[in-house]
Amino acid sequence: MSEATATAPASSRSDADPRELRGWEPPSYWPFIAPALVVVLGVIIFPWLYTTWMSLHEWKVGSPPTFVGLANYIRLPSDTRFVESIGHTLVYAALSVVLPLIFGTFAAVVFHTKFPMRGFLRGIFIMPMMATPVAIALVWTMMFHPQLGILNYLLSLVGIPAQLWVFHPATVIPSLVLVETWQWSPLVMLIVLGGLAAIPTEPYESAQIDGATRWQIFRYISLPLVMPFLFIAGMIRGIDALKSFDIIFAITQGGPGTASETINLYLYSTAFVYYDVGYASAIVVVFFALIVVLTGALLQLRQTTHWNDTGGSA
Amino acid sequence: MSPLRRLLGQIGLGFSILVIVSPSILFFLWMLSLSTKYEIDNASYPPVFIPEHFNWGNYAAVLSSNRFSTYFLNSLIVTGAATAFALLVGVPAGYGMARMRAQKSAIVILIARITPGLSYLIPLFLLFQWLGLLGTLWPQIIIHLVVTVPIVIWIMIGYFETTPMELEESALIDGASRWQIFHYVALPIARPGIAVAFILSVIFSWNNFVFGIVLAGRETRTLPVAVYNMISFDQLSWGPLAAAALIVTLPVLLLTVFAQRQIVAGLTAGAVKGG
Repeated sequence: MSEATATAPASSRSDADPRELRGWEPPSYWPFIAPALVVVLGVIIFPWLYTTWMSLHEWKVGSPPTFVGLANYIRLPSDTRFVESIGHTLVYAALSVVLPLIFGTFAAVVFHTKFPMRGFLRGIFIMPMMATPVAIALVWTMMFHPQLGILNYLLSLVGIPAQLWVFHPATVIPSLVLVETWQWSPLVMLIVLGGLAAIPTEPYESAQIDGATRWQIFRYISLPLVMPFLFIAGMIRGIDALKSFDIIFAITQGGPGTASETINLYLYSTAFVYYDVGYASAIVVVFFALIVVLTGALLQLRQTTHWNDTGGSA
Repeated sequence: MSPLRRLLGQIGLGFSILVIVSPSILFFLWMLSLSTKYEIDNASYPPVFIPEHFNWGNYAAVLSSNRFSTYFLNSLIVTGAATAFALLVGVPAGYGMARMRAQKSAIVILIARITPGLSYLIPLFLLFQWLGLLGTLWPQIIIHLVVTVPIVIWIMIGYFETTPMELEESALIDGASRWQIFHYVALPIARPGIAVAFILSVIFSWNNFVFGIVLAGRETRTLPVAVYNMISFDQLSWGPLAAAALIVTLPVLLLTVFAQRQIVAGLTAGAVKGG
């Protein structure tokens, strides 16, 4: 395919500093990238440009678009359903970051110690995150059932009265977060476990000689050293929680009423129930901006904490 | 350390393991239990855990329904085609980007990672409608590339960055073309990385729900969409529903158990680099 490219320069750059090479791109590898580039242009870049263009139009499926400028965006702040969905999304996402971080870190610390069948049990532990979300959502729906569900039965065993779980506006988001935590703590565990594996053993040995307790070792040695990994895990979790769809859609469809309607769910209704694609596109753009801003804020936080706390590198 | 403290430590560890693993074990056992019971057992309170009479007919009912084979085939085609195509374009691209040290181009992959899947759906839905493709499997195959191509490129960049350059350099000196080097030197070494990319691509494509719920018609549903549609029709038949859910997710669960090492490697590599 590309005999001529064999004469391309600089084969000894493998150990060169990448910073020196920024901006320098040998042409010879383009044939490798070009097909993927076409795909990315088609299914990622094109939708983005088209969405931005559509967001400037009044456009219902079936009728021709008319240019309305920023009218769709101006409509957003006065759309109470949209404003409320932002609140739902933020609450949902915040809980879905914090709880998996706690449970996942705990699991990582446990899986970092040696015990029999560790590999097998780790496999069991990560099953919720790999399983088909719709399939597990159906089973959770059955478990949440107020009369026949297993969860209320388990609660009754320890003397807690029956809950309405996803069937009451006040408990629907915490209940969904329970599923999200169950599902995604494994990812946090894997990332933090990777971090723990990278810590040298010397600090632990000297701490043990000094008679430190398990908690002290975790608090003053492990935790600061895995902090960068916790930030990465938190950021990935945050992005995924903001755009969570399958679980919410399959269990509540945003209900009861609109109590669990996140931005993503409202976006779905706007685009594919009301077919108001112009307005839906404006929601996409704002939604994406929100994700980028929150991710950026987390990155900022990570950098400052980095310098003050650990000085290590991720 | 005193023996007593050691014993207490062992008990604490055992208890911790139990706390961590039981939500997953109990959930999937309960799923299995639901799927093997008659409705009378599923609707009883307090719940029946292990029924006196197993009802394997739930599985038979799902498997023998004439649409199931269609939906299974649809899932297989969509996931298979989207993964095969992603490997075809993504492995060379990962190689090229790793060798060019084109970090900036990887940002596109990051954007794909943080964009909600629904946002691709609106423009592509209109495009597919305009092209008249909506009754076929093509829209789903194409839109699944949004999931599979970034996974493959991301994992392959990471993998090719760690493979040694010395062999490729000596091949270059011997007069091999870039393409020959890729085919005969880089690709064989990268086989484990390709396996990781393949497995993760298959799993995330197989599990995808949101694309199907919008793009699939009655004949073109994939399994997750088909299972979801079962709820609206049989609100209270938990047995067949749980059986169907288990059948859909079983291939993925088996992959998770048997290819755990690759999955862990792929997810952590992607995640850590993703920061």
